[in-house]
Amino acid sequence: MTRTSFRRAAAPGIAVLTLGLGLTGCAAGNEEASTNSAATVEGASGTLNGAGASSQEAAMAAWQAGFQTANPEVTVNYDPVGSGGGREQFIAGGVEFAGSDSYLDDEEGELSGAKKRCLNEDPIEVPNYVSPIAVVYNLEGVDNLQLSAPVIAEIFDGKITKWNDPKIAAENPDADLPAETITPVHRADDSGTTDNFTDYLSQAGEGAWPHEPEGLWPTKGGEAASGTSGLVAAVKNGTGTIGYADASQAGDLGVASVKVGEEYVQPTPEAAAKVLEVSPPVEGRAEVDMAFELDRKTTEAGAYPVVLTSYLIACQTYESKDEADLVKGFLTYVVGDEGQQAAAETAGSAPLPASLQEKALGIVEKISAKS
Amino acid sequence: MTTTATTGKTRQRKGDLIFSGATRIAGLTILLALAGVAIFLTLEGLPALEAGPEKLQGADSIVAYIGPLLFGTLLASAIALLIATPLAVGVALVISHYAPRRVSKSLGYAIDLLAAVPSVVYGLWGIGFLGPQLVPVYEWLEQNVGWLPFFAGPASSTGKTILTAGIVLAIMALPIITAISREIFAQTPTLHQEAALALGATRWEMVRLAVFPYARSGIVSAVMLGLGRALGETMAVAMVLSASGIVTFNLISSDNPSTIAANIALMFPEATGLGVNALIATGLVLFVVTFAVNFTARAIVARTEKGNR
Repeated sequence: MTRTSFRRAAAPGIAVLTLGLGLTGCAAGNEEASTNSAATVEGASGTLNGAGASSQEAAMAAWQAGFQTANPEVTVNYDPVGSGGGREQFIAGGVEFAGSDSYLDDEEGELSGAKKRCLNEDPIEVPNYVSPIAVVYNLEGVDNLQLSAPVIAEIFDGKITKWNDPKIAAENPDADLPAETITPVHRADDSGTTDNFTDYLSQAGEGAWPHEPEGLWPTKGGEAASGTSGLVAAVKNGTGTIGYADASQAGDLGVASVKVGEEYVQPTPEAAAKVLEVSPPVEGRAEVDMAFELDRKTTEAGAYPVVLTSYLIACQTYESKDEADLVKGFLTYVVGDEGQQAAAETAGSAPLPASLQEKALGIVEKISAKS
Repeated sequence: MTTTATTGKTRQRKGDLIFSGATRIAGLTILLALAGVAIFLTLEGLPALEAGPEKLQGADSIVAYIGPLLFGTLLASAIALLIATPLAVGVALVISHYAPRRVSKSLGYAIDLLAAVPSVVYGLWGIGFLGPQLVPVYEWLEQNVGWLPFFAGPASSTGKTILTAGIVLAIMALPIITAISREIFAQTPTLHQEAALALGATRWEMVRLAVFPYARSGIVSAVMLGLGRALGETMAVAMVLSASGIVTFNLISSDNPSTIAANIALMFPEATGLGVNALIATGLVLFVVTFAVNFTARAIVARTEKGNR
């Protein structure tokens, strides 16, 4: 609780600070770079409204601050109503852009709805927020825990109940595992973190996870805690506990290394970004739609597959030039180096890998007004 | 005829008219607000009757959805009252009859201060301090009285159980029950008390014979207000309780029934469509239950009062 509110309060401040440092650095090092930041949009003014995933909230606060500092005449609003709510509001035309933990799905007519809203052009979907999810644990005497997806799945499903279970021991030959009971802790509220974590378990778990990926924890057993901060507190206060949380929130808890291929990988921003590079795009999507199926089963060395990705959803064409300029300016800033860096520093997210960033910038570049 | 009518009018002073009008409006506002809440809950809750499992966190129907939540709400409140009532009555007695005046005054302030602590703070205290402190207690209970279904275990390793939630709720309900009981105890006619003492009663007998009968209905009202707080408490329970939506009397494990208010707080941010209606329907049930509980309590009080006379 205190942590989030502190983060919320600190986010804009830090963003302004980093932006300021970045600017002075630029100005001193390179005469060519003007004092204007890359985020500045010529003559921009007005209000830009967005809504959607609460996972992006901390990063969004940094982006709002950064963009508004560069463009004092602009106000950016973001309502963290949740991914579903954000997509709904975007399709209904209530907001200019949406943030969403999952891409537009045509099963419920979202894709066609969004197309209609976007003056019959394909909606833009670009990844803007990638954050590794850490498997955190609190077990005295064990500093370096290594787990594979099937073992994690069995732990969280209540199949493995002791820390010295042979399956855990097999992956940690050097660790001195106690005969303590495992208390798996999961989120009590509906969250994108749970959605991505269970998606990982069901894809990579080799059948050890019998449930569907879901935002709400699917099984009855285990300990429940509300919010990321509540979960971290529960893991910290218990003994023999294990949970999953945004890697930036892990604090001084133990963070398990996850088996990928033959190696065990820690949740670093680089490793998280890498899994995006190897993930295939969703089939049958428009050129401007960067939706991809996260490849949780990747065996790519150094990739960390337990990640949460969020998209920005917007239109290619807007009714008015002002609207189009604002959306274009904001998205360019968010996806660009400056925005990604600001998010990394305030929210602990992973900056987009260069190849994806280039593609996203190319798509955002084409946003224009109806001619 | 006409003369009596005019005298009747002149007796009604202007100030009286304004005052009676104002009080009437105040009374009506309460009723209107209550009716407004009831109408809103009913209208928004009814569509949930058609909600499917995907909007009800996997429950088959709205009844199967609300049942465990209602059970959890009542269980947590029952634990809270079981702990808070004797404690609050005891504290109130100390303040009104036992402690020296100076001590009782500062004790009274301290209790009132408990009511001013925001519920989030209780929640933080519950997960950060009370829960972990209770873990050894729960382990002891599991090992020694595990044959009781209440303490069957396995004991939670974080202490986020319904018993912890109940204790937190008890502490939150304590100041309300204490404050009202204290006032009632202090109002006991001195003559009754002195008469009891004069007949040779000890102080405890005096309290039992003179104070309690006089204060009975007041204590019941106080407990009802405390129950209201426990039933509706949201944030502290949402933070403290590890809920998994099952029905169990096991008080010390990680699997606990959730409560209606906490469930709304946890699920509302990501709820859409019928899911919102389902949450409002649970709110309606809580509203009705609170109403029914208060109503029954009043009826019981009224009956005992009559029986005493």
